[in-house]
Amino acid sequence: MAAMTGSAFAEAGADLKLVGVQKRFPGFTAIENLDLTIPAGSFFALLGPSGCGKTTTLRLVAGLEEVSAGRILIGGKDVTATKAYQRPVNTVFQSYALFPHLSILENVAFGLRRRKMTDALTRAHEALNLVELDHLSARKPAQLSGGQQQRVALARAVVNRPALLLLDEPLGALDLKLRRQMQLELKSIQGEVGLTFLHVTHDQEEAMTMADTVAVMNKGRIEQMGAPAILYELPRTAFVANFLGQSNLFSGLVAGETSNSIAVDIAGSRIVVPKSRAQRHGGEVTIGVRPEKLILTRTAPNANSALNSLGPGRITDVSFSGVSTQFSVEIPSVGAVVVFAQNLQASPMASVGDAVWVSWNVEHGFGLEDDERSAARFSADESTAMIAAHRKDALLAELEDS
Amino acid sequence: MSTQEAAALATAGNAVETPAGSGRGRKRDSNFGGWILPVYTAVALLFLLIPIAYTFVFSFNRSLKSNISWRGFTFDNWTGVCKAQGVCEAVGNSLLVGVIATFLATVLGTMIALALVRYRFRFRSAISLLLFLPMATPEVVLGAGLAAEFLTAGVQKGLVTIILAHTMFCISFVVVTVKARVASLDPALEEAGRDLYGSPGQVFWRITFPLLVPGIVSAALLSFSLSFDDFIITNFNSGAETTFPKFVYIAAARGIPAEANVVASAVFVLALVVVIVSQVSAAARRRRLAAT
Repeated sequence: MAAMTGSAFAEAGADLKLVGVQKRFPGFTAIENLDLTIPAGSFFALLGPSGCGKTTTLRLVAGLEEVSAGRILIGGKDVTATKAYQRPVNTVFQSYALFPHLSILENVAFGLRRRKMTDALTRAHEALNLVELDHLSARKPAQLSGGQQQRVALARAVVNRPALLLLDEPLGALDLKLRRQMQLELKSIQGEVGLTFLHVTHDQEEAMTMADTVAVMNKGRIEQMGAPAILYELPRTAFVANFLGQSNLFSGLVAGETSNSIAVDIAGSRIVVPKSRAQRHGGEVTIGVRPEKLILTRTAPNANSALNSLGPGRITDVSFSGVSTQFSVEIPSVGAVVVFAQNLQASPMASVGDAVWVSWNVEHGFGLEDDERSAARFSADESTAMIAAHRKDALLAELEDS
Repeated sequence: MSTQEAAALATAGNAVETPAGSGRGRKRDSNFGGWILPVYTAVALLFLLIPIAYTFVFSFNRSLKSNISWRGFTFDNWTGVCKAQGVCEAVGNSLLVGVIATFLATVLGTMIALALVRYRFRFRSAISLLLFLPMATPEVVLGAGLAAEFLTAGVQKGLVTIILAHTMFCISFVVVTVKARVASLDPALEEAGRDLYGSPGQVFWRITFPLLVPGIVSAALLSFSLSFDDFIITNFNSGAETTFPKFVYIAAARGIPAEANVVASAVFVLALVVVIVSQVSAAARRRRLAAT
């Protein structure tokens, strides 16, 4: 490992810049005017549902697809017109794409040999050591398990010390335990070799645990971008609020305003949201709160300016999951509200049919920027419909392509 | 006549001993199916193998003009195979035609297969369909048609026209065989090659081609055997040139020389050896892979 970091082509990772990138397939626009900057040395995750354009973005950066419009810059150099094999970029493919007719060692040495490195085999052994597979270097890919193949695919990409490493859902095929292990491994490799990582995934947990910066992508554009904690705490759109974890969303008119907060009328209740956490301060707005921030009580909470409350409602479903219990509460004229309660007592605090109130700290609410139509209460369903539509589009495009 | 048949049966009997022997072992359960299947299998194999055995045995016959009656055992036919008039020239022509036609058909067919699978162009499906025609058309029609074509074009019939004709009908088989292999190739492998700094030429020769080799090899073997074997189309387009099948056909009128039996037996043994060697080496490779 030390040898790798000290090697001749061990430059730091480069930054990636997409300027107005657009990609059209026959009858289908995969990416609509995408601007994106990924700083050098960062671990960047592109998160979104299938068909949102994230894999297309990655293929454009790799040079496996050509942009319809826009420019791609790597380390400040315009690579838009260059071919895949001319770009300082390597990809870990979703299917690993190991060459079945070559040994593990030759697989890893492939990129180095193409670049006429004299010590290709030595470097390949070093890279295999990094992923702890050097003892299997004489085998063929088919003789390795899925997790081992994944590590070989990683070694094959990392050994070239690319300015930018692209990861196309490489952990998708692994089981949960192996996946956690690989996530840790990826993180530590990134730390050791200091590359820029662009990780494409639909797994929000994976994106949040691994990346410094997460960009949530939907319908060919980036909905929101930021540190995982910020995205989770302060989602700007209904899509982000529902794709990244779960959210309770309510719509209502702004009924009052103070210097640092707005009050929204939700089915007759006054719900207060800090202005700093709300994207819009007037008219009809959608506000939300995370299920684990909700407190369930069997009596109406005392009027308190630091607390929002809704109720009474009835519990329609209780599901116990060990650490916490998930309650579904049906509140008249508000709808279903999901509450995660930590299991602090031996028995569940409420059961189906009980009348309860939900309340939360004013500081925990957030206001979305979507207009009322796209941010309707059941936006989660709407977005799955959109996902299905996009899948269909992608499939059609694929059919047309083949 | 009776001695011939006895000799042939003796050899054939040896060849089928294994299935018959295993049949005897299963006879113990004494039900109908227990013995009828082995006996039927033995008879079927006997029927299939007798002509080959006959050919093989009579390659050792001390023959005179014709090679019909058994006159005693000799190695002379094998050691002096080229002494008979025209046998070796015919075999030489067949090998030459087979190798050149196979090479041309394999190269062109592989290129066509790649184009048909990888690219979209006008008349792509029409071409796919038309490629089946040479396989579906009766050989007599194909041979006569080609002969007429060569006549119209004023091409002198000879080895060149045979090679052209063989290349033509072999291409279809190559395309069909290689196409299946190209279609089963994961496109991500070539993308990975490009991603790992492989230029288009390097990606083709280091990734695509090695992965297509099994398909290309079987297409080539098929082409060669089709070409070596072909009589009808060859007969129409060979002019004065003789290939081995044509030689046997012509010789049949006045008695086939024992040297023809030698050539046929040699081809048969060679094919057998190739099959056995490839099977054994494949098994050894599997064992070696399992061991590591």
